[in-house]
Amino acid sequence: MTALQRTGLFDLHVELGAKMVPFAGYEMPVQYKPGVMKEHLHTRAAAGLFDVSHMGQVILRPRSGDLADAALALETLVPVDILALKEGRQRYAMFTNDAGGILDDLMVASRGDHLFLVVNAACKADDIAHLRAHLSDACEIEEISDRALLALQGPAAETALAAHVPGVADMKFMDVRTFDTAFGALWVSRSGYTGEDGFEISVPADQVVALARALLADEAVEPIGLGARDSLRLEAGLCLYGHDIDTTTTPVEAALTWAIQKSRRTGGARAGGFPGAAQILGQFDTGAPRTRVGLRPEGRAPMREGTLLFDDANAADPIGAVTSGGFGPSVEAPISMGYVASGQASDGTIIYGEVRGKRLPAVITALPFRPATYKR
Amino acid sequence: MKYTEEHEWLLVDGDVVVVGITAHAAEQLGDIVFIELPEEGATVSKDDEIVVIESVKAASDILAPLDGEIVEVNEAIVENPAMVNEDAEGEAWFFKMKVEDLSALDELMDEAEYKDFIG
Repeated sequence: MTALQRTGLFDLHVELGAKMVPFAGYEMPVQYKPGVMKEHLHTRAAAGLFDVSHMGQVILRPRSGDLADAALALETLVPVDILALKEGRQRYAMFTNDAGGILDDLMVASRGDHLFLVVNAACKADDIAHLRAHLSDACEIEEISDRALLALQGPAAETALAAHVPGVADMKFMDVRTFDTAFGALWVSRSGYTGEDGFEISVPADQVVALARALLADEAVEPIGLGARDSLRLEAGLCLYGHDIDTTTTPVEAALTWAIQKSRRTGGARAGGFPGAAQILGQFDTGAPRTRVGLRPEGRAPMREGTLLFDDANAADPIGAVTSGGFGPSVEAPISMGYVASGQASDGTIIYGEVRGKRLPAVITALPFRPATYKR
Repeated sequence: MKYTEEHEWLLVDGDVVVVGITAHAAEQLGDIVFIELPEEGATVSKDDEIVVIESVKAASDILAPLDGEIVEVNEAIVENPAMVNEDAEGEAWFFKMKVEDLSALDELMDEAEYKDFIG
């Protein structure tokens, strides 16, 4: 087993009282002293600072010098319209495999002469190998290893970041901009994975401690661990790779069809042309056999990942299973996401989760569990 | 007070034993969001899984510390599981049980031994 890596904020996490745990090959803070519940609620009430430096940052530069060539190249790996992505904008995407499954989900930003990708920590080595294997003719592929990544999320995020980077106040959800600051060149996107307004900030590695300390000096900003990051994204109905989506789930099954623009669907200007296109576009027409749904258990017992789901309290065969589940501190109730047979996926349907041998009722519920507060 | 290796505390109160989890256990579990208690009147054997605790992190079982009968459960912690994080060794007791043989408590740890045990 290889040694765990540390991010540039490791010492600061320890100083702040974090409980460090192994995650995707890194030693990461799962929580600080206040604990998951308070950290979650603080993020929704004020602002939370997250170290997401374990995630992969990758630049694709077109060898031709024409960004459209990099965009078209990337479109061969994702079912997303990259060509239409305007400079200074970002969108959600996923790498698919030949069976239509999802290899990873990612963010793609257009930054003028290059595309900037942020990928999951656990997948980054595979993602970069995948990009190199398929896009090297069209693009230079550069893994950014001299930058850290912070997320600042919550209603007070704008004020806290604007104190150091005034221009961020003008950004809207999914805008990306570069700012020259006292902390070096910051690559800022107005995005995140909590359902809150906020920012992700790529910062030179040698400036990340200074930037984190400057943000934490604002009394509205508290450090937040991976535990609360998970409950925040679950309330926001967002997928966690390796749990809610993986190589066995298609984007259609995962209810991520909103991320596949018309131009890439059947009849679109650049329909198909990505791995698994036949399978994925076929599911647009005929429907997927199963669908990702939200679940609200009627009792107080959380239905966690792996909980089998049944359409009847006495049914012999499950119709699906929970892929993420726990307690939603802001909705003050247990919440889950999972897959069920598409015929049983409509909102309001009561199904049963098997918890410790008992079939407990849960209602299929529209996602997100809590409306997002993005600045559009 | 006496302590088990399962991080329960036991306090003899007349002819019943009050049982809860230690503050150390509550802290390790994190924010508790769900508790399932045994039925009043249930006869239990030592090491039966009789309580379920769910924290924001995970589910855990609590084992019956002794043979006996559950005579009362603390519904207040079912209504408000966070009480256990706030006052694990006080108001947030779990259940009271009647045991045949109180001398069984002698084999459990005292406070100093429990402190050593959790290091």
